[in-house]
Amino acid sequence: MRSKLTRFILPLLAGFGGAWTSGAAQVGDFREIAFPALPEFEIPKPEVYKLSNGLTVFLMEDHELPLISVSARIRTGSNYMPAGKQSMGEIFGQVQREGGTLSRTGDQLDDFLEARAAFVETGMSGDLGTASMNCLTEDFDEVFGVFIDVLRNPAFAAAKIELAKVRLNATIARRNDNVGGIVGREFIRLIYGTESPLGRLAEYATVAAVTRDDLLAWHKKHYHPNNVYLGFSGDFDSKELKRKIKAALDGWPKGPAFAEPDVPYQQTSKPGVYFIEKGDVTQANIRAGHLGIRRDSPDYHAVTVMNEVFGGGFSGRLLQNIRSEKGLAYSVFGGIGDSFLRPGLFQVGMSTKLSTMAQSVRALQAEVRGMIQNPPTEEELQQAKESILNSFVFNYVSRGQILSQQMTFAYYGLPTDYLDRYRAGIEKVTAADVARVAKKYMHPDRMALLVVGKSAEFDESVDVFGEPQRIDITIAPPPDTKARVEKTASSVEAGAE
Amino acid sequence: MRRSPLLAAWVLAAVAATLPAAAVNVEEFEKRVTSATLDNGLTLLVYERPTAPVVSFFTHVDVGSAQEVPGITGLAHMFEHMAFKGTSSLGTKDHESEKKAIAKTDRAYAAYMAARSRTRGFDTEEVARLKQEFEDSRDAAKAYVERDEFSEIVDRAGGTGMNAFTSADTTGYMMALPANKVELWAYLESERFLDPVFREFYEERDVVQEERRMRTESNPIGRLLELFLTTAFQAHAYGRPTVGFMSDLQSFTREDAQRFYDTYYVPSSITVAVVGDVDAKALLPLLKRYFERLPAGPPPPPVRTQEPVQTAEKVITLVDPSQPIYMEGYHRPSVYHPDDAVYGAIADVLSSGRTSRLYRRLVRDEKIAAQASAFTGFPGTKYPHMTIFFAVPTPGHTNEEVQRAIREEIERLKREPITEAELRMVKTQTKANLIRGLQSNGGIAGQLASYQALYGDWRELLRDVERIEKVTQEDVMRVARVTFVPSNRTVAMIVNQDSASEEAKQ
Repeated sequence: MRSKLTRFILPLLAGFGGAWTSGAAQVGDFREIAFPALPEFEIPKPEVYKLSNGLTVFLMEDHELPLISVSARIRTGSNYMPAGKQSMGEIFGQVQREGGTLSRTGDQLDDFLEARAAFVETGMSGDLGTASMNCLTEDFDEVFGVFIDVLRNPAFAAAKIELAKVRLNATIARRNDNVGGIVGREFIRLIYGTESPLGRLAEYATVAAVTRDDLLAWHKKHYHPNNVYLGFSGDFDSKELKRKIKAALDGWPKGPAFAEPDVPYQQTSKPGVYFIEKGDVTQANIRAGHLGIRRDSPDYHAVTVMNEVFGGGFSGRLLQNIRSEKGLAYSVFGGIGDSFLRPGLFQVGMSTKLSTMAQSVRALQAEVRGMIQNPPTEEELQQAKESILNSFVFNYVSRGQILSQQMTFAYYGLPTDYLDRYRAGIEKVTAADVARVAKKYMHPDRMALLVVGKSAEFDESVDVFGEPQRIDITIAPPPDTKARVEKTASSVEAGAE
Repeated sequence: MRRSPLLAAWVLAAVAATLPAAAVNVEEFEKRVTSATLDNGLTLLVYERPTAPVVSFFTHVDVGSAQEVPGITGLAHMFEHMAFKGTSSLGTKDHESEKKAIAKTDRAYAAYMAARSRTRGFDTEEVARLKQEFEDSRDAAKAYVERDEFSEIVDRAGGTGMNAFTSADTTGYMMALPANKVELWAYLESERFLDPVFREFYEERDVVQEERRMRTESNPIGRLLELFLTTAFQAHAYGRPTVGFMSDLQSFTREDAQRFYDTYYVPSSITVAVVGDVDAKALLPLLKRYFERLPAGPPPPPVRTQEPVQTAEKVITLVDPSQPIYMEGYHRPSVYHPDDAVYGAIADVLSSGRTSRLYRRLVRDEKIAAQASAFTGFPGTKYPHMTIFFAVPTPGHTNEEVQRAIREEIERLKREPITEAELRMVKTQTKANLIRGLQSNGGIAGQLASYQALYGDWRELLRDVERIEKVTQEDVMRVARVTFVPSNRTVAMIVNQDSASEEAKQ
């Protein structure tokens, strides 16, 4: 090791060390460092067009590396699946790719793709279906063929459905093992409601309920070219690629347009104190809040600045006061969240040692009240706005990122110059705006407070914040094995004696 | 946007990669990298990548928890937190008064610790009184703090991704800024290692304790990993948790941190990488001006305690509320050993992707595991470390079943050569990973600095491909045979407490 280091370092010293003699120059006051104007920078724009069947194509050449990536967004989502079939989304997302296509099995796809270090993946989230691929330029034609096949002709092979179910059941069985998972999940359920598609959970029964016919029918219903946004970025020639896209996709017949079904959720907040006992932790996990705002709210920019003052990075109030000054938490966060299609969550949260649970709840409550009562100082406002505006250029770091933004804007019906408008909106925000939205969107008296932890070691009982309702997170056993699991539960009690 | 045909050409050729060709392309890549070693021993690397007017920074310090000894575990990580607390001119309202307040806190803490640590003649009242005095002086020092000013300056300048990490081998600091703020970064980064002030040390020690409670104590995998490491290593520092033992986190002092910093944060242990829209020629003199201010220091002492050869298999069982988790690990030599790439190839063949042996057998076919993987480089790579097998049994299946399947796959490696196709796939993936690692400024900066620090030459990043190219089927069999033997094995598993008690009843 020694000789190796010497061998490689010496040439460097010979090349540069000699020219740089010592005698370090003095360094002035950093506050006087001048910032030159940012270099001229033309933000690249993707080429966007539609095929005759309604499929929207986005192209962005990027020749830095010999890679091409493709991503599709499909108008569909697990939020639109019926109650009882809520596990269809996860199974669909996994098996669309793993289950192979009408012409190649999933295993054949695995062999084919991995031999080329290429990826084709699919997924399904609440309001969005996805498919993506990435490969070396030289493999594009073949891999693109596979990608289109997976998108259009998935076989949903029964064996891979079975595999997806086994893995999903494993996730269900383990969902109470990690306290962070419990608190995040149960807080969402408290706010949106346990019956809402936004709050409902996968259960063994809902996994068992999914059939291959369900998946095929869902694909048939939603995967039409006019519901698809397809973006390409990387090392290709646009003219040539357009020909390939036309050849591969023009024959895909148009289908019915996606009609967004209603996604019900709890419209009014459910204030109160909620508690989950968890015996194997040394921290209490705390969340509090209620519904937030939609992205299209006219107050979105003021809320964004407020969030920066309140919980932004290390300079926000939450981190400075609760972490740096009081040392109560490693992780503390908060803000008024937004979502494109419905309100996001306003929440504050942290984890702290069991013996400072109540102290921390009070500290969080005080920060929320403080944000309402104490508008940002001029210093805080400038700090927040400059943080957002000066880092704005990071929205354009790569061509792939710009492409992806434009696809998001198109998917949610936002204008292509959305980011310019965003910047202008941030610039206009005043301290009075921040104070106004804090008052309008944060209601300490209407927050749901959730605490998860080992209550025997809390500094005070959760009761001090109100009559706590215990949330039962017991996992419902699979229908056919109920008897066996009940036996296990009774033997746990026996073991505890 | 300027294109970079040079880089594209280099990478394409590297993928085609016969050995001489790869060597030529290292030279091509080299044109974009400017490196310099300052008189104080600090290494600078600049990579021009003008795709957008932004720059990423990565500072690699060649120190980690492997440099700790009992009593100060967690201190490397603690210093990482202190590196954001400012300097004598940054983060303070009045540093002269603050200095006195900090010194007073040091004395109060020493007195409190002396009383608290007494095994004979422990005086509860005295301890309580001294604790109060310590807390009062600690709180008094707060009056001089301009809280988180370092971070505020970075945020306000438009910084993103400001963070740091500590591992067994390394402490890394990263951030990105708009391209016109490079000099501001050069000031902040050099200043925080030139003149750090460990203010609010004991408050931050509380924060680190919370980090330990969150990552290790309140998380089943965290609990298992800590038990695994403390069991697998009987002597070397890799056996101690990077986050530190709780009793150390409740005992080490600001002076301990100062000593650790003085010993290990010498410029010859620091490698700085700057990647983005910069002109290396213009930038180097500026970087030199700031970073040459760091005074040279003696090379840090080597790690003394080495891990002896393991002579007995170790098995530990954690009965826990969590569902079962299984892992076993085998000691292997350091990254500098000629067989390093062979260990990487073994991990890839067994667990990289859906074609890997463990996935196909445990997950796809037998459905006894939701996840099954093999990885190496744990918990570090600079010193002899471990290759790990890890599996998460599916409901109704046991640790014993996944153990049996993993062991059979290991035996197969010893018995018969891996296929040509498997080996080819590993090599193809390695090349593609190299290319994919060059897609972001931050990724490039981290890799350049890390390879420079680890091997003394950033070019080793490109030679990963050469190293893997040389691995043969026989190498895999040979290395498997010497490594995967029972006396070199440590097993750690979580057994669910409900099933454990059910079993006990039967």
